[in-house]
Amino acid sequence: MSSSVYIAGVGAISAIGNNVAEHLASFKNEEAGMGDITLLDTIHRQKLPVAEVKLSNDELVAITGLPKNISRTTLLSMVAANEALTDAAIPDFGSLRTGFVSANSVGGMDKSEDFFIDFLADNNKGKLRNIFDHECGSMTELVADKLGVSDFMTTISTACSSSANAIFYAARLIKNDILDVVIAGGTDALTKFTLNGFNTLMILDKEFCKPFDEHREGLNLGEGAGYVVLVSEKVMQTLAKAPYCKLSGYNNSNDAYHQTASSPDGTGSYLAMQGALKKSGLTPADIDYINLHGTGTPNNDSAEGTAIKRLFDPSYPPMSSTKSYTGHTLGASGGIEAVFSVLAIKHGIIYPNLRFETPMDELPFEPETKYLSGQDIKHVMSNSFGFGGNCTSLIFSRI
Amino acid sequence: MKLYIRSSACVSPQNTFNHEGFLNDIVEYTGTRLKAIEPDYKQFIDPKQIRRMSHVIKMGVAAAKQCLIDADVDMPGAIITGTALGCIEDTVTFLTRIIEQQEELLPPTAFIQSTHNTVAAQIALMLKCHSYNSTFVHKGISFESALFDAIMMLKEQDAENVLVGGTEEMVDTSFKILTRLGLYKRQPVSNLSLFVPSSKGTIGGEGAVFFLLTSEDSSANLAELTGLKILYKPKSIEESITVFLKSHSLTIDDIDMMITGRNGDIKNDAVYEQLNGSLFKNTSLANYKHLCGEYPVSSSFALWMAANILKSGVVPEIIRERIVGEDTNNGEADNASPKTILIYNHYQNKYHSLMLVSAI
Repeated sequence: MSSSVYIAGVGAISAIGNNVAEHLASFKNEEAGMGDITLLDTIHRQKLPVAEVKLSNDELVAITGLPKNISRTTLLSMVAANEALTDAAIPDFGSLRTGFVSANSVGGMDKSEDFFIDFLADNNKGKLRNIFDHECGSMTELVADKLGVSDFMTTISTACSSSANAIFYAARLIKNDILDVVIAGGTDALTKFTLNGFNTLMILDKEFCKPFDEHREGLNLGEGAGYVVLVSEKVMQTLAKAPYCKLSGYNNSNDAYHQTASSPDGTGSYLAMQGALKKSGLTPADIDYINLHGTGTPNNDSAEGTAIKRLFDPSYPPMSSTKSYTGHTLGASGGIEAVFSVLAIKHGIIYPNLRFETPMDELPFEPETKYLSGQDIKHVMSNSFGFGGNCTSLIFSRI
Repeated sequence: MKLYIRSSACVSPQNTFNHEGFLNDIVEYTGTRLKAIEPDYKQFIDPKQIRRMSHVIKMGVAAAKQCLIDADVDMPGAIITGTALGCIEDTVTFLTRIIEQQEELLPPTAFIQSTHNTVAAQIALMLKCHSYNSTFVHKGISFESALFDAIMMLKEQDAENVLVGGTEEMVDTSFKILTRLGLYKRQPVSNLSLFVPSSKGTIGGEGAVFFLLTSEDSSANLAELTGLKILYKPKSIEESITVFLKSHSLTIDDIDMMITGRNGDIKNDAVYEQLNGSLFKNTSLANYKHLCGEYPVSSSFALWMAANILKSGVVPEIIRERIVGEDTNNGEADNASPKTILIYNHYQNKYHSLMLVSAI
């Protein structure tokens, strides 16, 4: 139980890149991924910006070799999971106990939406192949099959903290000596369902989002997938290249305040960050960078900021919300941001929080606005909070 | 470390919730869909909230709360649920409105309650429980995944007890689509004769079952949860079962009763038929899906049943397929109460699960 869990590979796809290298370039160039809606057939085109992955489904099919007509959520998952596994280059992968723990929030909803248009007109209509993979577990199964993982797979769905919980769970599978290698993270494609859902909650910014700014007006939805490859100590010793870092701390706590809103004092966020620190044996002063949940909604940033103040006051590490680049990728965000956290340690970089202008009145700190390289980053905290009060914090540590 | 089932509460198409006796008042249905019998929700949920909540949220919250009452636990150390389709009623409602109202003037409630973690979240909210809270959504092993997490959590000693459950609702839309996908029988059948005529398809079901798992030894425990194994496309299920039993220092001869996931569909049941004639040849057999229907987390119903058999020592007539030794025991097999039960269920022959439960 005391053994460490190492990060041996990373993979990501989002509006700012189709692979890890493209993400690093976009961060350096401060190029955000938001723009007009081009993929969804919706009345919100030209009104609400979103952060789309810059590849069509046909292009994703060509890259992944997956069948046509499957959910974009699966296609995005395959790209990032495959990149992570290739990056890890684990010797004798097939002889090890391997697992795939993935997360998503609405399964194959993009295809279900097509099905439903015909189905509602006539319940005997609608192509069944469009609804067949509606379940969240289908995405995981299709990708696991393609990756050649069959010892263990499961899917977690805790709204926007889903993929942070998948990584957390994967680490425990290794610590409990159930598996040697786990690919873990999450995926979500943009859908009309989530776009309209968040729109009814009136938390979508009509401009590009401004996380942690006094005048923030909401989030921009994004899409993508992000995975890390976690390995046991024993597997780590067989790797040809050094692992990126360790996953040293994690905690899942519930705000238990409201189905969608965060408590004013950020109880759940506070408990998650505090619990992750305790697990890692670190103090707030040890954290060199916080990758914020930072959606850009008035409620989230206020609750998260208050919780950070309670825990870190009076000295604050640099922090930023990379959702100012990728938008909020929901079930994928914890996975994508875990990749960014790992890369921050590996390359000594801190990502700028774009479009930040005015500090929040209630907070004594502000996010980092410049791209910083050559930093000495030992420990990174990554926050992911979701509907249902689900709050998860992960801590990655340099070896 | 030994792990125990302290309590279990079950909302199902049978009289299983807050009911005197154990499967003693069986409900017969004719059709291909069994609907859960609704508890009196007023005991568990604020009446104002009852109106807003979907079927699965209400069933889940009621089962979770009753389970905690039975365990005499106010605040669980973790809340973990499994569901394949989640809050499908609210999902369908919101999706329908998007299309019918062309994305205009949509009320948010259905969307808010559509996320898969809503049941676990609502339980946490009602209890003001800040502990670990997770939801597994992996097809026919959603419940087993949740149970697996609960077992790990207790072994890690990160919680003294865990509230873990499986919830699934069937709505008209999912029933229609699953019927079109060929899951259910073409003709109405009596659930009580589900296994008699072999034909294609099964019957649909739904329910919510919660368990309070604990590492604390107590005479109040219902049963010991000895083992759990989830298998994906096993090469030989027979071999996998033998290996699993061996890992618990058991052989098939140590199993007093097998509860299998027969659902009346020829193709689905073929693997059980084969094993019943080979590995399980000399083992007593019981079924459960004629009582609760087929649904992705139905194995939670089987675990509830196993825990109650072990606690009460009673094997209800309605679940028996074959009692070994009945003829040679002067008909006194009724009193031979099983001490070790293995539950074997599979989901579309891809996902297989084994749950080993023993008397305390």
